[in-house]
Amino acid sequence: MHDMSAHAHVAHHAPPTSFIRKHIFSLDHKVIGKQYYGLALLAVFVGMFLSWLMRLHLGWTNLTIPGLHLLSSNGAPGNVMTPEYYLQLMTMHATIMVFFVLTTAPFAAFGNYFLPIQVGAEDMPFPRFNMMSFWITFAGFVVLVSSFFVGDGPTLGGWTQYAPLSAVGSVAGPGEGSGVVLWAISIALFCVGQLLGSLNFITTTLDMRTKGMSLWRLPLSTWAWFITSVMGLTAFAVLMPACILLILDHVAGTSFFVPSNLVISDQVQPHSGGSTLLWQHLFWFFGHPEVYIAIVPGMGIISHVLIANMRRPMLSHRTLIYSFGALAVLSYMVYGHHMFVSGMNPVSSIAFSFPTLIITIPSTILVLIWLGSLYGARLRINTASLFALGFISMFISGGVSGFFLAQPSIDIMLHATYFVVGHFHMVMGVAAMFGIFAGTYFWFPKMFGRMMNETLGKVHFWLTFVGTYCIFMPFHYLGLAGNVRRYQAFVVDYMQPLVPVHRFITVAALITGAAQLIFLYNLIHSRFWGEPAPENPWQATSLEWSTPSSPPPFDNFGGKLPVVYHDPYQYGVEGSTGDYVMQDSPEQIETVRDEG
Amino acid sequence: MSQADLTMEGHPAGLTTGIPPFSIPAKKMAIWLFIIADAATFAACLVVYGFLRNGAPNWPRPFHSITNVALMTFILLTSSLTMLLGVRAAKTSDKAGAFRWTIITAIGGILFALLHVREWLALIAEGMTLFHNPWGTGLFGASFFCITGLHLLHVTGGVVALLAVGIRYRGGRYNADDLEVTGLYWHFVDLVWMFVVPFVYLLNLAH
Repeated sequence: MHDMSAHAHVAHHAPPTSFIRKHIFSLDHKVIGKQYYGLALLAVFVGMFLSWLMRLHLGWTNLTIPGLHLLSSNGAPGNVMTPEYYLQLMTMHATIMVFFVLTTAPFAAFGNYFLPIQVGAEDMPFPRFNMMSFWITFAGFVVLVSSFFVGDGPTLGGWTQYAPLSAVGSVAGPGEGSGVVLWAISIALFCVGQLLGSLNFITTTLDMRTKGMSLWRLPLSTWAWFITSVMGLTAFAVLMPACILLILDHVAGTSFFVPSNLVISDQVQPHSGGSTLLWQHLFWFFGHPEVYIAIVPGMGIISHVLIANMRRPMLSHRTLIYSFGALAVLSYMVYGHHMFVSGMNPVSSIAFSFPTLIITIPSTILVLIWLGSLYGARLRINTASLFALGFISMFISGGVSGFFLAQPSIDIMLHATYFVVGHFHMVMGVAAMFGIFAGTYFWFPKMFGRMMNETLGKVHFWLTFVGTYCIFMPFHYLGLAGNVRRYQAFVVDYMQPLVPVHRFITVAALITGAAQLIFLYNLIHSRFWGEPAPENPWQATSLEWSTPSSPPPFDNFGGKLPVVYHDPYQYGVEGSTGDYVMQDSPEQIETVRDEG
Repeated sequence: MSQADLTMEGHPAGLTTGIPPFSIPAKKMAIWLFIIADAATFAACLVVYGFLRNGAPNWPRPFHSITNVALMTFILLTSSLTMLLGVRAAKTSDKAGAFRWTIITAIGGILFALLHVREWLALIAEGMTLFHNPWGTGLFGASFFCITGLHLLHVTGGVVALLAVGIRYRGGRYNADDLEVTGLYWHFVDLVWMFVVPFVYLLNLAH
């Protein structure tokens, strides 16, 4: 046995007294979790606002949007969007959403707040790293947004920042100079922040579990965050050097990603010898795990939420966990399916197509377990469980098209169309958002000590659910009709008949976006004037509901750490006094075991 | 864990006793995780190098002698050995010995860095930059400086860590475990070098 005193100083710090230590440079994982949530909330409204501008322009080309010139000195003369400015908005929308919302909220925000509590710890082992992780991520966001105001605006290269145009400087277009450098600095910072976060998540899960908390007794949400952080550890570690090499191509004259004799804007570029495909390999080696980094926490959250509302465990706890793990492992082997049209060797395409089809197996298993568990369950209908159901709906609707896109011969036709845009928005964008919403409505009482308004929540759900289907289902239709993605206007003859569809989508996007203001109002109003929340409003069993108050005290469990006696989801137990048994309840029961 | 352990009513939190309940040293686990992430970073850089090297028709082979790199490798490997001796001394509570070996390790790192910088300066004097060199494609300089530069950054950071941890270990603020954790990092820096030498040096020896 290892000498305990050797690491006695780990993770214990006195409650802070000053305002700065309490609320700004806090070491408390709960405060850091809320800070991450706030950052994601800010980012999601910025990203959504950008998408509104794009949608307006797509529906009514050359529409005058009052005040648009304020956002860009040269991108909107006379308040009409230039094609370049459209691409800049698109790039910023995607980057902000993927990194600062879909990674930040379900993984960093909820994970920071609830992972240590669910394993029964007072905090993470490295609170200082945790604080740095947030502030470095925040700095990354500031750097990214600053590109709106510096030089010739943000980059227009898309969130994938494909070389060589992203690597040669402003000769390739507005924002390809300072915009790309700022983008790359921002993402490199983000990588450092998430690496520090992953380090803390993994050590907390393996090291800080309380007495009796074996790995199989961890709730599914904790498992999802743990597996996600394992992915994050290696994925971000590859994107970071890639970003640094991209910066070097800009500022130091190297040619990692620029081939010889490249002519751009009638000028032969001074670079030689590099490879454009190399950037794509490095980017997608990160990029595909990244989409699972965005979605797996949502899977864990909605499983956790559904179980509490079904009042019974999933059909197979362990199979769910194994499927999360399979997704994580396979996510590294499939990245080439983003590159079927890149000019990569077709043999590689086949090689990447095969694991891409395989990865649908764990995804399908997950869906079948969710649906099988729901079958016959008397589900409590509340906003959290509705959003959890919405997650499954979106994941299926968006995921089905993945079966088609996994095959190079079909993907080559559809890759550059709205079909792919619809696919990834539903399966990984909106689905992950629904996971965030489910988590918010479920955990808000614990995080802020007050209940959210259920009526407003249900209105928010139905508007969002119907609205997102109205937005993204037509994307598939547009794609099949040959509507090319990343175009700022559809002036070609054959796309003219599709313009009314775009107008419908724009109206749907404006309404769905406005519905998010209901959510924002609910969030702010409930935070201050909501009904006070009891310790365990959902009669749930995992440790976050064993904390002595809502929100939990500084050390989470009030001076004592809980002892865990049961599997995480003991609902409907035979012979128990109640309908559920808390994980830390010493009551002797016949354990509800899954057959897995 | 036996069932009997579970019967007690709650157990004292670390906040009051300072002892986390059931854990292996968090710092040691963290350094292993860092090593995994860092290995991915180095692997990405070496993949970039291999990708570009295979695609370049005029890849230069400018190295004429392995004397310098062999000397550097010898010093770095020896410093791993001295690190090992330092950690062993610390485990047997030989504080003075552990401190001495740690400082010797740091000196090894400094020697390595000095030799490396000398080599860099010689190459720069011959006309090699990040984007140009007199022998072939400019990508050689770019990948050489990036990979060895990243490694040199790790060596420099390691030397600082060795000195800081060594001094605090002697002062009693850090213990044998902290020394071991620093040692793990140092061995990793050494291990990475064992990939850099064949790929970046030996493959580019002049015929």
